[in-house]
Amino acid sequence: MLRAVGLIDRLRQLRTNTPADDIDGRTKALVVHGNEFGFDSFGMSKASLRRAIIVARWLYRHYFRAEAFGIEHLPPSGRMIVVSNHSGQLPFDGLVIASACFLEPPQPRMVRAMVEFFVPTVPFASYLFSRWGQITGTPENCRRLLSAEEAVLVFPEGARGISKPFSKRYQLAEFGKGFMRLALETGSPIVPVAVIGAEEQAPAINVKPLARLLKTPAFPVVPYPPFIAPVPLPVKYRLHFGEPMHFTGDADDDDEILDEKVKQVRNRIQSMIHVGLREREHVFW
Amino acid sequence: MSSGEQQAITDRSIPRPKKVVITGISGRFGHIVARRLHHDLGWSIVGLDRRPMSGRPKDIEHHQVDLRSKKARDMFRQGDVDALVHLGVMHDPRARPAELYSWNITGTTKLLEYCSAYRVPKVVLLSSANVYGPRPDNPQFLTEEAPLLAAQRFPQMRDLVEIDHLVSTFLWRARETETVILRPVHIVGPMHNAPSNYLRIDRPPTLLGFDPMVQLVHAEDVAEAIAMALQPNRRGIYNITGPGEVPLSAVLKELGREPRSIPHPMARPILGLAFRLGFSSFPVAELDFIRYVCMVDGRRAAAELGFRPRFGLRETIHAVDDPV
Repeated sequence: MLRAVGLIDRLRQLRTNTPADDIDGRTKALVVHGNEFGFDSFGMSKASLRRAIIVARWLYRHYFRAEAFGIEHLPPSGRMIVVSNHSGQLPFDGLVIASACFLEPPQPRMVRAMVEFFVPTVPFASYLFSRWGQITGTPENCRRLLSAEEAVLVFPEGARGISKPFSKRYQLAEFGKGFMRLALETGSPIVPVAVIGAEEQAPAINVKPLARLLKTPAFPVVPYPPFIAPVPLPVKYRLHFGEPMHFTGDADDDDEILDEKVKQVRNRIQSMIHVGLREREHVFW
Repeated sequence: MSSGEQQAITDRSIPRPKKVVITGISGRFGHIVARRLHHDLGWSIVGLDRRPMSGRPKDIEHHQVDLRSKKARDMFRQGDVDALVHLGVMHDPRARPAELYSWNITGTTKLLEYCSAYRVPKVVLLSSANVYGPRPDNPQFLTEEAPLLAAQRFPQMRDLVEIDHLVSTFLWRARETETVILRPVHIVGPMHNAPSNYLRIDRPPTLLGFDPMVQLVHAEDVAEAIAMALQPNRRGIYNITGPGEVPLSAVLKELGREPRSIPHPMARPILGLAFRLGFSSFPVAELDFIRYVCMVDGRRAAAELGFRPRFGLRETIHAVDDPV
């Protein structure tokens, strides 16, 4: 009973505390290199983006009640690679990070995530993702965007990260090295981000025999119907943005030399996760 | 290039107009290229095509021959040809594949043979950006180094891919000839190629839930690119891009078309049937062009050829409705 009262209070607070975001103003302020038809070369359009942001903002502000710490570390302009931990079976962490970069800083930033190669074969997703600024995850695409002073969101853990079971929560999986090569090649700063909350949105158990059978890195199953986590739990997201990290060196260096640098980023994110977990009061609020 | 060769080229160009052999001159695009080179740049033109050339100006020479025949060789025999512009790649989806293959591959091989035998200093091939193939895992912009994968899902493209390979081998092997391969994006204009025909349909079929970004280039701009490629000291492979990228739906909307969306699992059988019954001239595999991205990076042509499209996006899109 006590809990229930607390919950109602919290919901009331939420209503009064939610900032009124000026979506139209922010969309206008967003830097998009569009042509006379309003599309940039990757197919993003501000008109489509505005509609998507209305939904994303609702998820960000009301469903996940996300809080962003250290957003002042986000450079207001110029190329950058946002690197984050990946978790929660469903890629809502990408959506929340992108929403934070759009809604929180004084100058909204478009952070473009990379989608899997199968997405262009799926009807509607194929073009909607590109209208919303998401790109197919090839190094060429990233290079092109970074040289055009845009921001790219990378999850170096990839599928290993998002599909990790609940028992491995907040333990970073192995990082890929591609993002570091890109950072060195294009001279882009890396903005580390720790996402707290996503791990609990769909607490999953890894069914190893099925994963082996289907040859996927993991086969996550949630212990409640419908067992495949299509809807996340309304956890509270907390994002911790770290100071930009600058690296110099040869992009074609040996893996060991590159590993050192990748490890620095990984350690930074891991320690930001530790701090974030310690400061967190509750999973749901 | 050695100074001797340089000498030879300038010697040739001063006393008489330069002579260019254009294959496939009888098509609408051939006319556009011939007009550009002849009227504006003063080249003397020899057309090679097995079709007759209608509306031919008197001072354009035209020979109705098969590229594989001995007569075609005679055009080069005098050794006064300054350039070959090869537009004569046959695309007719209704032709027998074996005949198409022989025409395209044997024809091109023969032409290259004549060029090296009679020391033609310049060869320009009009290939196409379609040789890279529309694929879901394509990067947004393919560079000239990307593999030519079109034939993997699209056997009808095999000829074009193979011709491109033939000529690029020639580019590296025959060093005394300057070879240029142009890979333009979808050429639009008052002509009968697949993209222009598609964009002229009042209610064109589209695939439900797919709306790829496309690049179009005005036929006049491609003719200009050919003229630039004909200038001395230009050799290499160049993507030719138009004024920008737009979603297919925006192109159709700009033209006032009313697209019919078909779910993609149904589109293949429907279009296959329509093609077999003769209602449609589009082979089924071409559906991938309205499904996936096949866009190219044109920065090399801009930097090395100095090519810039003259026509803007709207002008280029409306070029399909231009009168002939």
